[in-house]
Amino acid sequence: MAPVLELRGITKAFPGVLANDHIDLTLEEGEILALLGENGAGKTTLMNILYGLYQPDAGEIFVRGKKVEIHQPNDAIRLGIGMVHQHFMLVPVFTVTENVMLGVESMRYGLFLDRRKAADKVREISKQYKLEVNPDDYIKDLPVGVQQRVEIIKVLYRKADILILDEPTAVLTPQEVEELFKIIRSLKAQGKSIIFITHKLKEVMAIADRITVLRQGRAVGTTTPAEATMEKLAQMMVGREVELVVRKKEAKPGDVVLDVENLHVVDHRGTPTVRGVTFNVRAGEVLGVAGVQGNGQTELVRALTGLMRPEMGRIRINGVDITNASPREILEQGVAHVPEDRQKDGLILKYPVHDNLVLNTYYVPPFAKGLNLQFQKIYEAAAERAYEFDIRTPNIYVPVSTLSGGNQQKTIVAREFSRPIRLLIASQPTRGLDVGSIEYIHQRIVQKRDEGCAVLLVSPELDEILALSDRIAVMYRGQFVAILPAAEATRQQLGLLMAGVTAAEAMAAEEAPAAVEENPAL
Amino acid sequence: MAVAARNAELTIARRRHVGTGVFFLLVALLILAFFVRTTAPDLTTTFGLNPARLTTALKLPDLVLPSLPSLWFLTVVCAFLGGWQLAKGFRSTGWALGVVAFAFVAAFLIWAARGKSMNLVGMLSSSVLRSIPIALAAFCGILCERAAVINIAIEGMMLTGAFMAAWIGSITHSLWIGLLAAMLASGLLAAILAVLSIKFKVDQIVSGTVINIFATGLTSYLSAKFLQVYQNLNNPGIFKPIPLPLLSRIPLIGPVFFEHNIIVYITFLLLILIHVMLFYTRWGLRTRAVGEHPKAADTLGVNVFRTRYINVIMGGLVAGIGGAFFTIGSVGRFDEVMTAGKGFIGLAAMIFGKWTPLGAFGSSIIFGFADSLQTKLQILQVPIPSEFLLMAPYLVTMIVLAGVIGRAVPPAADGQPYEKQ
Repeated sequence: MAPVLELRGITKAFPGVLANDHIDLTLEEGEILALLGENGAGKTTLMNILYGLYQPDAGEIFVRGKKVEIHQPNDAIRLGIGMVHQHFMLVPVFTVTENVMLGVESMRYGLFLDRRKAADKVREISKQYKLEVNPDDYIKDLPVGVQQRVEIIKVLYRKADILILDEPTAVLTPQEVEELFKIIRSLKAQGKSIIFITHKLKEVMAIADRITVLRQGRAVGTTTPAEATMEKLAQMMVGREVELVVRKKEAKPGDVVLDVENLHVVDHRGTPTVRGVTFNVRAGEVLGVAGVQGNGQTELVRALTGLMRPEMGRIRINGVDITNASPREILEQGVAHVPEDRQKDGLILKYPVHDNLVLNTYYVPPFAKGLNLQFQKIYEAAAERAYEFDIRTPNIYVPVSTLSGGNQQKTIVAREFSRPIRLLIASQPTRGLDVGSIEYIHQRIVQKRDEGCAVLLVSPELDEILALSDRIAVMYRGQFVAILPAAEATRQQLGLLMAGVTAAEAMAAEEAPAAVEENPAL
Repeated sequence: MAVAARNAELTIARRRHVGTGVFFLLVALLILAFFVRTTAPDLTTTFGLNPARLTTALKLPDLVLPSLPSLWFLTVVCAFLGGWQLAKGFRSTGWALGVVAFAFVAAFLIWAARGKSMNLVGMLSSSVLRSIPIALAAFCGILCERAAVINIAIEGMMLTGAFMAAWIGSITHSLWIGLLAAMLASGLLAAILAVLSIKFKVDQIVSGTVINIFATGLTSYLSAKFLQVYQNLNNPGIFKPIPLPLLSRIPLIGPVFFEHNIIVYITFLLLILIHVMLFYTRWGLRTRAVGEHPKAADTLGVNVFRTRYINVIMGGLVAGIGGAFFTIGSVGRFDEVMTAGKGFIGLAAMIFGKWTPLGAFGSSIIFGFADSLQTKLQILQVPIPSEFLLMAPYLVTMIVLAGVIGRAVPPAADGQPYEKQ
């Protein structure tokens, strides 16, 4: 019997990159195929071609043995292909039902929306596949785990039997991931065929029937979890051997560097986002802030770096009150900031690499002399840093926007690390980076810690937090629900805390031994 | 920990409440200083509740108020609400704000008409009339912005509509053909805006401004060159008021809402129609999805570009009706730049009404009221320079936009061109 789906020689070029290079792929009926690869390996491009969002330059697609052309999402939907996008395609101000029915509306008298009929159908699907959800809830009020269920219901509502899940676990807590895996297995049991896109090795080993690995736009091999090991998969993915464990020495905490007392921050909509946070970070230690994205981490960091004014509370750095200080006053206290959104807050994309490397020091000697910039000095320093931090760029005069994500991040790290600092605030420092760059940035952070710098690390990736932190704070709905020594923390317990379970309950639920510290990308 | 956080949040909230409380007290003080102080004790204010020509089924007695005690009463109401707000704080300040605003307007009217008589029905009826172009502009804005296209060219579209209605209405001797011409001309400008902002992804503020400047220049030129010279090109006549059977005989409400011309009734119909279409039909669901999250709509097979084109052009047609109202709906001739910023006030009404037809219509009436108040006060010879009175509608717009509504949330993708990649 012909496979449910077969791709032959799919090729797609974007200006400057060959995103997909003659990729072949088969999906059998009722199997879970994992599509494994680093960011930029071409996974999402391939799936967008399959869903009709992009047109391939070459190649053929067969569904159940028949050659098909997919020009737009409607064609894909008609062929029974459904996609759960990495960034949810849900309208926040619509109800679950409205989101599900959009595009295939049920009508009364051919004129008015029949919300009740659609809601009944949502309930039916929700029951059949154990996807618990209330059809009348508004999306904006739902946790991400439930939003994802809505996305899956949306696909099933359109009677898809080939499901593409694009990085579905990126925004979930460990418990929600377990829940999702149950759902995926139940979908498989009811005859659906599933493509599961990810860059996390552990998940692949747990859920896949078969694994196809992509690297730099090419399919480099297909294997099964039984045959493969994590090390082997990592090697296929990166093309060389990778260190999966971050090596670090025992921490030697010194004086308190960052001292935060009862901090409250209100976002631009007037919603309280940081609600009474108290903590400190000592020299020579890493405090990791874990938590699902959107629990106030962004606003906490913005308040600490002077980008947002706190409503209440006190922030001291090295004993100096900087609560209402300007960002420059704060950075002059020896604070380095690696922001969450590197392209928006970390770099001026249109500026050349050398200017981006002095954004925090351009106004002082040796880079400035009176009103003049000392360009020669800036070029020299930039070349040195590009070499020292291994920034891969044709030269330091090209706009930083032409660099890859990993090299953009290295540019920020180079800028922030090459002046005397006492506090490093790093927010999602490895988001969207390839394994090689992650390895490098983690080593740099640990090195800073060992030099006696205080580090505040904010990340939704639990593995990253566990790998680097000496102490771990869990943030939930704007509060630190617990601060614990990293040695005592387990994935299980942190996952529960991240989901809002209280510290005492999380301790009680404690069972698994401390997790092995692994590189978070995997 | 949770309790501490809750307390801290209350402290933050209280700080915000104090501002509102102080504002209420300030209003009380204003009434006291400007109105109470300058009112003689034995005067009365008379409000007429019947239309000039009695058409209703029932004649209502005039409302006669003792001026000074009424003013004192309103002062005390405002002061009390302010004091309560400072001491305890209302859970939601919306209604209190409404009461204080109403008290201030009432105090102003009582003071302005002290020792005289003012026909309230006449003024409200003219408020409705003056709110019509504002409401139609707001509807145009809603149609466009719900699909995420910002339209600040409404002013230019209405001006062109007003010109076309007068000119085509005059040469064809048909008001209906004039109305149709107004809609088509305005729709054409909307189509240009649509192509610029949807296909060529020009900044929507810039393309809107260009259309406004173009419309002002062209209509002023053609008007000066032809309409003002050959008066038979600028004499279309007007739609006559049609009192609706039964409805117009309801006391108070009848003469205020149901004794107007056909364009007013078209506006009422559009209000209901757009509301129902936006929230209860397939078109509405897709429009709102395109305005909030175009990518999501696209992945579900909704044609984002087509939806936007249709909505912007429909908005243009509606703005054309609003334009026609200026000429064939009220004064019966075209004058240069006669729309006088009503298109922009319509956008303010749209925002004030939180992008809903009902809300926008309500806000239009408030702006219309401010407009008609200004004329009424000039007639009553209130000792305020007429230049200041003329500012009233615009002042109200600014106060409303800056202070009262706080955060109104526009459609999430408003103003962003859609890139299919």
